[in-house]
Amino acid sequence: MTIISIVVILLAMGAGLYAIDRVPESRNWVLGGLAAIVGLGGLFLAAGSDGAIGYYGGLVLFAIGVLIVFYRMKLAFDEAEKPEHGLADARGSERTKNLVALALVLVGAGTVGFHFLSPWWWTPIASNWGYVDDTIIITFWITGVVFVAIIFFMAYCVYRYRYQEGRRAAYEPENKKMEWWLTGLTTVGVAGMLTPGLFVWDQFVTVPKEAVEFEVLGQQWQFTFRLPGKDGVLGTSDSRNIGPENPFGLNPGDPNGQDDVLVESDELHLPIDKPVKVLNRSIDVLHSFYVPEFRAKMDMVPGMVTYFWFTPTRTGTFDALCFELCGVGHYAMRARVVVEEESAYQAWLKEQPTFAQSTAQAAKDIGGEFIPVLSQAQADSAERPFTP
Amino acid sequence: MAYFMPTPAENIPPAEVPEVELYHPHSWWTKYVFSQDAKVIAIQYSFTAIAIGLVALVLSWLMRLQLGFPESFSFIDANAYYQFITMHGMIMVIYLLTALFLGGFGNYLIPLMVGARDMVFPYVNMLSYWVYLLAVLVLVASFFVPGGPTGAGWTLYPPQAILSGTPGGGDAGIIFMLASLALFIIGFTMGGLNYVVTVLQARTRGMSLMRMPLTVWGIFTATILALLAFPALFVSAVMMAFDRLLGTSFFMPAIVEMGEQLKYGGGSPILFQHLFWFFGHPEVYIVALPGFGIVSDLISVHARRNIFGYRMMVWAIVIIGGLSFIVWAHHMYVSGMHPYFGFFFATSTLIIAIPTALKVYNWVLTLWRGNIRLTIPMLFAIAFIITFVNGGITGLFLGNAVVDVPLSDTMFVVAHFHMVMGVAPILVIFGAIYHWYPLMTGRMLDERLGKFHFWVTFLGAYSIFLPLHYLGFLGVPRRYFEMGETSFIPESAATLNQFVTVIALIVGFSQMVFLFNLAWSFFKGKVAERNPWQATTLEWQTPEMPPGHGNFGPTLPVVYRWAYAYGVPGAEQDFLPQNLPPDQTAADETAGHAPAVAAQPAE
Repeated sequence: MTIISIVVILLAMGAGLYAIDRVPESRNWVLGGLAAIVGLGGLFLAAGSDGAIGYYGGLVLFAIGVLIVFYRMKLAFDEAEKPEHGLADARGSERTKNLVALALVLVGAGTVGFHFLSPWWWTPIASNWGYVDDTIIITFWITGVVFVAIIFFMAYCVYRYRYQEGRRAAYEPENKKMEWWLTGLTTVGVAGMLTPGLFVWDQFVTVPKEAVEFEVLGQQWQFTFRLPGKDGVLGTSDSRNIGPENPFGLNPGDPNGQDDVLVESDELHLPIDKPVKVLNRSIDVLHSFYVPEFRAKMDMVPGMVTYFWFTPTRTGTFDALCFELCGVGHYAMRARVVVEEESAYQAWLKEQPTFAQSTAQAAKDIGGEFIPVLSQAQADSAERPFTP
Repeated sequence: MAYFMPTPAENIPPAEVPEVELYHPHSWWTKYVFSQDAKVIAIQYSFTAIAIGLVALVLSWLMRLQLGFPESFSFIDANAYYQFITMHGMIMVIYLLTALFLGGFGNYLIPLMVGARDMVFPYVNMLSYWVYLLAVLVLVASFFVPGGPTGAGWTLYPPQAILSGTPGGGDAGIIFMLASLALFIIGFTMGGLNYVVTVLQARTRGMSLMRMPLTVWGIFTATILALLAFPALFVSAVMMAFDRLLGTSFFMPAIVEMGEQLKYGGGSPILFQHLFWFFGHPEVYIVALPGFGIVSDLISVHARRNIFGYRMMVWAIVIIGGLSFIVWAHHMYVSGMHPYFGFFFATSTLIIAIPTALKVYNWVLTLWRGNIRLTIPMLFAIAFIITFVNGGITGLFLGNAVVDVPLSDTMFVVAHFHMVMGVAPILVIFGAIYHWYPLMTGRMLDERLGKFHFWVTFLGAYSIFLPLHYLGFLGVPRRYFEMGETSFIPESAATLNQFVTVIALIVGFSQMVFLFNLAWSFFKGKVAERNPWQATTLEWQTPEMPPGHGNFGPTLPVVYRWAYAYGVPGAEQDFLPQNLPPDQTAADETAGHAPAVAAQPAE
């Protein structure tokens, strides 16, 4: 990283010196450029520092740098364009060319520098989807090289082919050979990104047989969870069954559902290193249950059950957020996922009530016997998880 | 014969249909208000679009204030915030960009550039504007209905869009939105048919399709896309209005809202998403293609060089337009549609990158070995290339299904689409305004103000959206009123948000400089020379500037060559207007036939 920053600074300095050399009056541009470098340095300082002083100091430096750049630019324009400002000048002045080439180099180098030094990057991964990160890295390299090549080539063109009175551009309507070469190279680059992408997508949509299912239920604006009981099968559900005593809308007549474990809090526990298939269900609007550290998500869609799978690989407590706009409370729809060792997980699991228990409890609470009202036809039409 | 070779005067075919008499205005009202002249309609469209665009700009400040300084502004609550983002997005995409590119530039440039006296259906063209204005007024009215405008996000996904948990969902806001969209589409269809038929029917003698400037190709193809894509939005707006008002269930499954069973059942929210994006993805190209076309012309004129690989550029526009109809579900990888769709849509999406990349190469190769005048339009064109390439390559991330999974609905998406279809097309619009303002008004825009506007806008917008990508990697979601406490977002993200907000305000205010320039130069700007940029295309060859009613005086121009005869060896000047007869120039226009010779640097 140090090397890259040095290269960035040297490039910028070189361009600045060149500008001074060609146009001595370009004081403002060069000072602006130096301020930009200082500002960039401030950003790097902020990025690399551990303490508050380095961090805020760097950001202040950066802000000041930006202000000075804008100020110097304004001064320079005022100065450069004061005399002989006529229509002929509307075709661009000598100074502008150096400035534009310099600006292009700075934008290109700044983008690359920012990429490598930005403090904002992936959260450390906590699932098996390292392949996703790898695909992104491949994409970064391929597209990054193209981006830098294009921007620097443009800077070169702007500088090298700047306007000269009486000169003619090369008249060359087409160059088929070059265009086919560029098409071919681009195709190779695209294939280089698409191929790993499709392989990983295949893994993403192919749920391993041993994956244990659990359900996330979304509603405005909370997540709740349902785990299969001892039978390992989730019971069927229908949002028509939902009521105060049956918040998950389970079909009371379905024997598979009686031992389902209901987690009516915003905290879900998962055992480490066991693949899980997440069944997403919503009873009102679209939601999405996403833990950034897991890198996997799928929208919850009312009226159907969607799924994705992952294997937690790191213990800890992770924030889950709603990732699909779901109304005015969207930003506050959160939950937590605790990934822990099998023994701790089992201990937690035992404390959670099953559907049968909570139904009995609800019946007791309202002082009467709970009578299932579901007809057979309704049970048949109930939503079932689908597998492709 | 190659497309860049001139046609001798005796070989130009005669006109196939006689000219039709134009409607001549006979009062102030029919000349300036209910005008049937495409140029006046274009200016009406542009003013309306810019006016409503200013509303969107202010909304963006408000949302940035909330993101940068949460809990500091009592007048921004969650309801208001979601209304701001929704209206900002909708206005920018539909009512500003689409209307300005097609209704504004399309109306002004198509007849002038193809050598027509006007659009072929002037009366319908006038109606198109008035229906558009009505759509804008209905949209503005939604700010003043009880409950305010809809806050469903510009994608208007049901069920939330029409439920009471969303601002405007249970009130009139969403209905006004849908009504306004339907009106917009009706208005657009009238205008769009005009643009297509004018290009196909009203080109002057000698203006073959392969001699049209790329601006016309871009607008023409975008209009065809719009005519095919907008009906999908129209039906979904109507169906959603039925769901909301009549209790149908097109998009509504059985729903329990806040513990209450609603009477809906059996509908599919994903159906709406398919319809929406069947419109929504071509919409990206409806905005991008006119930008592609215009920027090609700006680069060619101001680099004094023929556009590189014109034929490839035309085919790229057409291929991109075609492919844009089979990539829509890349917006839906995590929507819950059948996951196997991902294979197809990831492939088609990445394929579309190839013609797009070719266009970028050809723009840059037009600069190469050119004679570049760094005028303000050129500066904006260069800035467009940078932002477009930046936004385009992040599209390769999101288009690749598996990469989209962690990035969807994060700030990365926000940064991506703002860069590629926000900043980039708007930079083109600015460049185009600086370029054609002299034609429209007879005066030049002030260059010093223009440069200030350019640098602040370009560098500012770039530094707004570049860092937001990285917040997306971190996992910062979009459409969050407040981030609140999380375990994975560091304090520095909040600082970055403050920085972005400050820059956004600066960039926003620099647009006031631009507006001032527009107004000031109209009265006090330097009087423009004829054809001030020394362009070849027909709009600069009119007998009057600004062009009068009927555009070309008593006789229509005849076109002898393509639109990119810049730097032709042997010619007196470094450009040959399209309507200059070949026998009046000493140029060696066969030079392009021998690329092996021409490949030597001409210095």
